Amino acid sequence: MADDPIIRIQSLNKWFGQFHVLRDVNLNVGRRERIVVCGPSGSGKSTLIRCVNALEEFQEGEIVVDGIELGPRLKRVDDVRREVGMVFQSFNLFPHLTVLDNCTLAPIWVRNIPKKQAEETAMKFLERVHIPDKAGKYPGQISGGQQQRVAIARALAMNPKVMLFDEPTSALDPEMVKEVLDTIVDLADDGMTMIVVTHEMGFAREVANRVVFMDAGQVIEINTPDEFFAHPQNERTRQFLSQILR
Amino acid sequence: MSDGSPAFVRTALVPSRPPPVVTTGLAGFLRTRLFNSPFNIALTILCFVLLGLVITPTVKFMLIDAVWHGSDRTACLESRVGHPVGACWPFIRAKFAQLIYGFYPEDQRWRANLTFALAALLLAPLLVPRIPGKAINAALFFVAFPFVAFFLLHGGGLNGFLFYWLANAAGQAWEPSVVRFWIDFGLTAAVVIAGVAWIFARREGLRPVLLAVVAFVATAAVILSMHLDREGLQPVDTRQWGGLLVTLVVSVTGIVASMPIGIALALGRTSKIPVLKITSVAFIEFWRGVPLITVLFFATYMLPLFLPGDFTIDALVRVLVGTALFAGAYNAEVIRGGLLAVPRGQTEAANALGLSYWKTTGLIMLPQALRHVIPGLVNSFIALFKDTTLVLIVAIFDLLGSLRAAFADPNWATPTTLFTGFAFTGLIYWVGCFGMSRYSLFVERRLNAHRQT
Repeated sequence: MADDPIIRIQSLNKWFGQFHVLRDVNLNVGRRERIVVCGPSGSGKSTLIRCVNALEEFQEGEIVVDGIELGPRLKRVDDVRREVGMVFQSFNLFPHLTVLDNCTLAPIWVRNIPKKQAEETAMKFLERVHIPDKAGKYPGQISGGQQQRVAIARALAMNPKVMLFDEPTSALDPEMVKEVLDTIVDLADDGMTMIVVTHEMGFAREVANRVVFMDAGQVIEINTPDEFFAHPQNERTRQFLSQILR
Repeated sequence: MSDGSPAFVRTALVPSRPPPVVTTGLAGFLRTRLFNSPFNIALTILCFVLLGLVITPTVKFMLIDAVWHGSDRTACLESRVGHPVGACWPFIRAKFAQLIYGFYPEDQRWRANLTFALAALLLAPLLVPRIPGKAINAALFFVAFPFVAFFLLHGGGLNGFLFYWLANAAGQAWEPSVVRFWIDFGLTAAVVIAGVAWIFARREGLRPVLLAVVAFVATAAVILSMHLDREGLQPVDTRQWGGLLVTLVVSVTGIVASMPIGIALALGRTSKIPVLKITSVAFIEFWRGVPLITVLFFATYMLPLFLPGDFTIDALVRVLVGTALFAGAYNAEVIRGGLLAVPRGQTEAANALGLSYWKTTGLIMLPQALRHVIPGLVNSFIALFKDTTLVLIVAIFDLLGSLRAAFADPNWATPTTLFTGFAFTGLIYWVGCFGMSRYSLFVERRLNAHRQT
């Protein structure tokens, strides 16, 4: 599967000041592959995927996204970001724009798509996340789960080749977690390449092709979900799983 | 529950009822806000007494005891009227023109009136959200109107259009004439329209080109109607301007010009580029650290000493530039506060979507930041509106200055002239400030519609 990786992360090292937050991370993601990244807080999961679309700079190593090389200088930031969609833990919808305008903003201003066409596309994606009826509302007027689904539609409207999810359900009420996860599962079924940072182990088991376990800025273990949950190899992985799977 | 069983299952949902009558309406308001405790009852009574003490004499002075008719000071003397005299309104009537126009020549005052009318005509639809065509309206008010207003109020003509002034700057100007002016104008129009066509026609079709043609035709019409291709209107030196006219010119220019300055400085100060940041900080701290009076004084009396001999800038223009920069520095800090209040996630989300710095700033950051700081901005606009009276000290007679000049007239020296004059001008300032304040509340409510759930 990793013969022709769409994302290649090679000996990635990153420091926050003196703190070595990512240590020699290597990871290849194949096309249509679904990767779940888990690990304790502060292990560098979010930082890792934020490096992939250059929200964070890094000091050593290389990230290649669909043939676009992203070195420590971050020269081709814009090219990479156009290929990569991102969904945040706290949604980060634009509160002063309606749901529809949230979804058409980037297509209109980055891809120079005519407004009417952008709106049609956006409505298509809003239908896909099952909230076309909220198009005229402002983000503050809809629930957290709906906001996160809008955020997914907003990212999809740019036709990304890869989707990154940074703990998409961590800020949600328990009742709303499912609707967001279902949306992501739908997306996975359609063959979208994705990296998901999450604590939802049930989701990892159901959707992931491979699970990546990180601790202290390092990749500790990568395995298929079945193997990962049934036969964790590393002591630290076992300890982590015993804490969260009761 | 009371029967000792730990279980409770609701079988019927409780319907919603209106609240008890005593908590709503006037009765509820009186009970809960004014008379809900002995202390509050005492406060309420005290407030009513104080209000009475303030309002009664004001009404008595302004209306009941006021003198309404008369042609000189004797009309407002107690010995003549027979009772203590309140406001002497004939004084205002006699000096009204001076308060509005200053020493603007009497036969030219229609020009000031026309400017006021144009401003009102363009500003009113701009302030009402329902009226369409905001882009054209704003362009007319912010771009076209200042030029028209300048030539209306100041008079004079244009020697040439773009090329004449370019040549002039290069020291190669030709002898102006009407024919040459229109050749210059035509050339400029041709170049600009061709440029617009070259840049926009492929993507946006003929519309921008058409707009440019219309803009030039309109400009030509204005030039013809005001004879700007010849001598133009009779020049009126800014030293003759005065009264409300100057107050409005200084404050409107200050308010309008301080916004872009403030935004630029705020962005500069939050920038990651050291040169920009340091320059902005230095600029802001300098202008904020110096009193406006010093700025005006410096601009008026010191600046000419530094400028080369024959190079002069009109006194009013210097004051305008000074106040705009001064207000800009204040606005910058207000706007920076708004920028800091926008969560970091907003920039990240915009970046992740591939928006550039300028698009993120223009589409995401500023719209949110400016909404946050409307109260602060209006605060500084109101302060600026009143601070314009300081131009008095550099011998520019604004509304208050004209009033002071009017006091000097021995024909109207009565015991209440001073109070009448200040009451009248005070009222004008208050109406202006209160209007801005109310309008800003309206804008706030409208723009923050997204915060209501």
